[in-house]
Amino acid sequence: MSVNVEQSSQNEHQEGMDYLMTRRHKFWTIYLPLVGFGFILLFPFYWMTVTSFKANDDLYNYEKSNPFWVVSPTLNNIKKLLYDTSYPEWLWNTLVVSVSATFISLFASVLAAYAIERLRFKGSRWVGLAIYGAYLVPPSILFIPLATMVFKLGLFDTRLALILTYPTFLIPFCTWLLMGYFRSIPYELEECALIDGATRWQILAKIILPLAVPGLISAGIFAFTLSWNEFIYALTFVSSSELKSIPVGVITELVEGDVYHWGSLMAGALLGSVPVAVMYSFFVEYYVAGMTGAVKE
Amino acid sequence: MKTLSLNESLNKLLARMNNDPNVLGMLFMLPASVMLLVFLTYPLGLGFWLGLTDTKIGREGVFVGLDNYESLFGDSVFWLSVFNTVFYTAVASVSKFGLGLWLALLLNQNIVFKSFIRAVLLLPWIVPTTLSAIAFWWIFDSQFSIISWVLTEWGLISKNINFLGEPWAARWSVIVANVWRGIPFVAISLLAGLQTISPSLYEAATIDGASRWQLFRHVTYPLLTPIVAIVMTFSVLFTFTDFQLIYVITRGGPFNATHLMATLSFQRAIPGGHLAEGAAIAMAMIPFLVAAILISFWGLQKRQWQQGAKD
Repeated sequence: MSVNVEQSSQNEHQEGMDYLMTRRHKFWTIYLPLVGFGFILLFPFYWMTVTSFKANDDLYNYEKSNPFWVVSPTLNNIKKLLYDTSYPEWLWNTLVVSVSATFISLFASVLAAYAIERLRFKGSRWVGLAIYGAYLVPPSILFIPLATMVFKLGLFDTRLALILTYPTFLIPFCTWLLMGYFRSIPYELEECALIDGATRWQILAKIILPLAVPGLISAGIFAFTLSWNEFIYALTFVSSSELKSIPVGVITELVEGDVYHWGSLMAGALLGSVPVAVMYSFFVEYYVAGMTGAVKE
Repeated sequence: MKTLSLNESLNKLLARMNNDPNVLGMLFMLPASVMLLVFLTYPLGLGFWLGLTDTKIGREGVFVGLDNYESLFGDSVFWLSVFNTVFYTAVASVSKFGLGLWLALLLNQNIVFKSFIRAVLLLPWIVPTTLSAIAFWWIFDSQFSIISWVLTEWGLISKNINFLGEPWAARWSVIVANVWRGIPFVAISLLAGLQTISPSLYEAATIDGASRWQLFRHVTYPLLTPIVAIVMTFSVLFTFTDFQLIYVITRGGPFNATHLMATLSFQRAIPGGHLAEGAAIAMAMIPFLVAAILISFWGLQKRQWQQGAKD
């Protein structure tokens, strides 16, 4: 009974002062602007999709048919992309680099976040602040000196160059995110385990990590997305066509001289976006949690 | 016998290490700090050093003092890029904040399919910027722009708009693309802040006779300030150092009208080969970034002090 009462009062709270608005008022002030936002935010994707299925005649002739629709859909653009360019290789490179960089970063970040948040070693507060500071250093400041380093280390034009440099922006982000998650795990659990004679390694592996799985997923998919989207390092450190990532490959290889193959360009953009979009659709809540968690601290 | 005692002492050492938070802390911090020191701190210092030399691609440089900065000081293209960057950042950040806040307020209402709508609206932020920039490139095409076509159909313009061919048109075009990409981030972060504000505050204020504007001004706004400061710091930082959008849509053209400091630094350093000059331009961004961070930090402190936090 009391539970029911509580629930109903909560429901009332959720509705807030919604009852003060008439339906018409709500349409003009909420739904109409939302539709506007939706149209503007999604139109480029729609346009991308429509363009990649258009034949060249339709693409460059708006008089013949309505440009907002595909009259005679064709898979030629996608076929050309998959068979006449190194697109499959770019896809593979992006995947290898993103997955490796994500795992390296997660490993380093879990240990660092646990040390800062729970071991409370001397100066851990300052290390935490330094990590936050590292997150604020943008890649566009670092890419020139990193390029000279990559060259001297003999890593120029290898996937390893990207795998090693991506963690510079992934580790600070993941560490900061995981610190928040670790903070929410009750300290008592750890104390119990300590009294029972568990070592710190055991505590981390058997108590903290299982409880922090949502945080790990958030950090993981975020790191993956950030690596997938990275551009400036991939553009600078890799030059041979078969080692490029999707964003760089599409930009540099599909545009030759003055001839833009808009159909295949759009198909490349579309196919490069689909993997992240699919992953995103499975993990929406984790994305939102990761994004807001990192900002809220 | 001897090995046993060695083993024993090793075990003792291990046991001590496992219990001493300082030793264990160092050990746990090792992977992250090695990665960050080697690939972040060192390059930052190296960049500073490169800016003081005359290094070119394929040639070690020698120390030349402030020569690079002096030549940049007299370089009109550099100053144009500074102007572009400041203009781009200011206009884009203000628009992102305004529109993002509006969207967040809309999403905070009681609406149907809320989580679905939220998920869909976040898409521009998830998809690789370079790839959505290609879509904008095509939308802004001088001959086949869909915007020009629609406006012509409606009879509003008589000839196609040359979006990327004229300096101011190009500046506004890239700003539109940047705002488009940034709105979801600002909106979703602010929405998270809005959801922490208790509805009872609004109810109490309404009973006291507050108007909708007063509700926003005296309840929402003060409680949202801390998160606004953080979100906008990030937004300003990433807009100021933006590279991808410009590189894809205009490459800095027409006539350097959309060159940002980041793209100019890339232009001079990698295709141009003047690593030192590129590094100097990159270093010149740092004072602006530090200023942005300090302003938001200062705003946060002031707000906390006003709200009666102990210092």
